[in-house]
Formats: sequence, C-alpha cells, structure tokens
Amino acid sequence: MTDLIGFSREDAGQPPSLAPAYGSTVSRSPRQPLVRIPQTLTELTGPAGCWGNLMGAALADLTTQHKAMPQGQRIIVAGRVLDEQGRPVPNTVMEIWQANAAGRYIHGKDQWDAPHDPNFTGAGRVITDAEGRYQFVTVRPGAYPWGNHKNAWRPAHIHLSLLGPAFATRLVTQMYFPDDPLIEIDPIANAVPLPYRQRMVSRFDIETTQPNWALGYLFDVVLRGREATPFEDDHHD
Amino acid sequence: MTDQINPAPRQDNQDPALFGQTPSQTVGPFFHYGLPWKGGADLVGQSDMGARPELFPEDHYVLNLAPPKGAVGGETITLEGVVYDADGKPVSDAMIEIWQANAAGRYASPDDPRTDIPLDESFIGFGRASTSDEGLYRFRTVLPGVVPGPGNGLQAPHIAVGVFGRGLIKRLVTRVYFEDQAANQTDPILALAPAERRDTLIARKVGDAWRFDIVLQGERETVFFDI
Repeated sequence: MTDLIGFSREDAGQPPSLAPAYGSTVSRSPRQPLVRIPQTLTELTGPAGCWGNLMGAALADLTTQHKAMPQGQRIIVAGRVLDEQGRPVPNTVMEIWQANAAGRYIHGKDQWDAPHDPNFTGAGRVITDAEGRYQFVTVRPGAYPWGNHKNAWRPAHIHLSLLGPAFATRLVTQMYFPDDPLIEIDPIANAVPLPYRQRMVSRFDIETTQPNWALGYLFDVVLRGREATPFEDDHHD
Repeated sequence: MTDQINPAPRQDNQDPALFGQTPSQTVGPFFHYGLPWKGGADLVGQSDMGARPELFPEDHYVLNLAPPKGAVGGETITLEGVVYDADGKPVSDAMIEIWQANAAGRYASPDDPRTDIPLDESFIGFGRASTSDEGLYRFRTVLPGVVPGPGNGLQAPHIAVGVFGRGLIKRLVTRVYFEDQAANQTDPILALAPAERRDTLIARKVGDAWRFDIVLQGERETVFFDI
C-alpha cells in the first residue's frame, strides 16, 4: 500500500456534540464515547472535483434567481477555503443556504410570522478557484426567533457546507456578522468555546464593498489539513 | 490593557491569532432547499431519491436535477433505516451522507493511488439522503468491494456514513458493514468497536433491502467514530 498522509484531528475549537443550552442536543447526542479509529483510505478519499455531477453547477448570485431583486441589504461574501497549514483548497464546492432579509426561510416548516420574499430562495453554491477563493452575492439575512428558550433569537447567519478533499474534511458551519449582540446569547454559536467562536464571525471589508452596489464581508473557511509526514502502518493508540 | 475609550475590537474570522479549523455548526431544521438534491440518494440510477421538494415551493427548487448515469457495475443494493433519538422517536429532520468504493474496491478520488483497480465512470460513491417524516432514509447503491486497511491488511466491504440534523452540532460518523461478509471477522476497524456494540455497525438483510438503523443515543446506541 502506498504511504497515506493523514489529516489532523479536531482542534480545540470544535464544539462538543452535547451542548445542553441548545436543547435539541440533549436527546440527539451520543452518550457512549466515540471510538477513535485510524484514518484509512475510506476517510482519506472523497468526491473531490466531482461536485458538478453531484450538487450541480455554480450558482453564485442569490439575488438574481427570480423575476426581481429580493428585499434587503445586498451583500457580497468573499474569502478563501484553506487548510490548517494555510494552503488553498481549490476546486471544492461550498453550498450556501439562509433565511431572507426578514429572517424567514423558504421552508414549509418555518412557521415564524415574517414575510416570504417571492424573489428570494436563499440557496446557492460556489466553487473555489486555484487559490481557494470564492465569492457570492446575497442579501443580509434577518435574525429570527426560535423555540429553544424564552425569547430566544438566532443571530443573523448564513449556513455553509463544504466537502473539501476527503471524507475526513467534511464541514458544515454558520457564518455570523460583526457586532451582532445576539451572538453572545446564542446557544448554537456558544457551543463553540471562546475564543474559537469568533472564528465564525465575518469581517466587514471596505475593499470588498462595491460602490453604489453592495456591502462586502470577508469569511475564510479553514478545513482540517494534511499532516506533514506519511504513515504507512497506523497504530494510533 | 483596556483602553476605555477605544476598546480593542473583537477577534473575528480574519484575525491571524485565531487561525485554525472553522468550527462546526448544526444544519438546523431548514436545510432541505439547500442540500439534498433530487437523486442524491440514488447512486446507480436516475430518480428523485434523497430530496424532499414537498417542503418548499416548486419555483424555489434550485438544487441539482437528478443527473443521468450510465450502467453501474456490481450488485445494486438498497440501504435504508430509521434515525432514532434517545426517546426512540424517529428523527424527521436528519440528513445522511455516504461515501464508498465501487464494486471493484476503488474510490473515485484522486487520492486513491491504486490505478490497477478500475474506476467505474458511472459511479462516484457519494450520496445524500434526507430522512422522511417517519425518520427513514433510503439509498440505492452498489455493494462496495474490499479496500485496503492499515498496514497490509484489508477492510471488509463497508460504507462510511455521516449524520447531520437539527440538534447535531457536528457530524456524527459511523460505518455500515454487511452481515453476510466473512471478512467482517478480520476487519481492523470493526475490531476497535466494543464487542457488545459491534452489531450496531452491521446491516441486516430485511426483504430486499439492507437495514441499518441509526440510534443517536440510549439503548443500542450506534457506535460513532472519531476520525
């Protein structure tokens, strides 16, 4: 067998599966310890580059999917997908979904009484270039209430889903906005310990902002990276 | 030192001092118009398996449309099961992803270096399925071949599984093995699971389908892996 180069394991910034303040985790997180296994060819491979046959072509402008412009503040989200060594992750797909400007999802089970926007679906996908760069256009999502606890409100966020090069690098996260007071009191964001929680807070950027058009936000996504040395025989304790 | 007039700005995503893995967050309950495309759970044919387009208006379907595929080599199988929570209730807002080798045991990945084992042009080996209101997921795929394991060993035919959903802050990872495979006895990963829980990783033949329930917590909790 050819030498395989493994990916680093979770770092200290990853949340636990059980975060009791986020009520749904209590009955949906395992109680038995995870069984640590060596990374085999199964975990070290993935459908890299096959996104076109899976998720489909890029759809990078969420404001032009319908007859007219959606309501809300138009924004540009841009950044890079990198690994932990700072190397770009090229030609990988990032799937995007979010609520509309009023905080309402185009989903039958979202019962919050805020208006739908017929001109906004809130789903798209982008592909990173050779330097790992991506960019998409959307509207800033609204905050919305949820039933987790009394007067619970989710901070504005955009859901991001990435495959990366391997089964081991799969990531789903949420991007938050700077200076949102709801982040401090959100059990989902706070499942991630400080300071790592702040990795999920985008930065307003005047260079990305386009005059007379849209505000710009920067958000890099960092996936698990390949370790420096190959292992041939894995006897991880 | 705190500057009372201009407090230090909060750290954010662009702060070099914070550079590291982006933390995982839940997919939440409303992912169906953003992730599971029509045909995502059908790795061998052309169908709408995997999606739940009834959960949102038709003119807001912007996901991929069941792409056509050529004939796929190997034994076609149905893999299905129910996702349960700690109270034994089906989880209707979960999403299952699978990753597997083709029938010959080759991964459709540039990182599988074994060019002597054939790729199958019609088979990628990645799938995605939403659970139904009854918590049921269902894939159509092929039985994977044997693949190399640690050292010079071999792994029994298996499918890697990722579980997402409301209440899951991060993906849970497990594996499906198949009860009729003699190679299970010597599989190096199965051997790492506690013997009394090992059968939670083994799919059983029920009718024409391979049945693999996923129990997130409690009695008969599925073995989940740290990879």
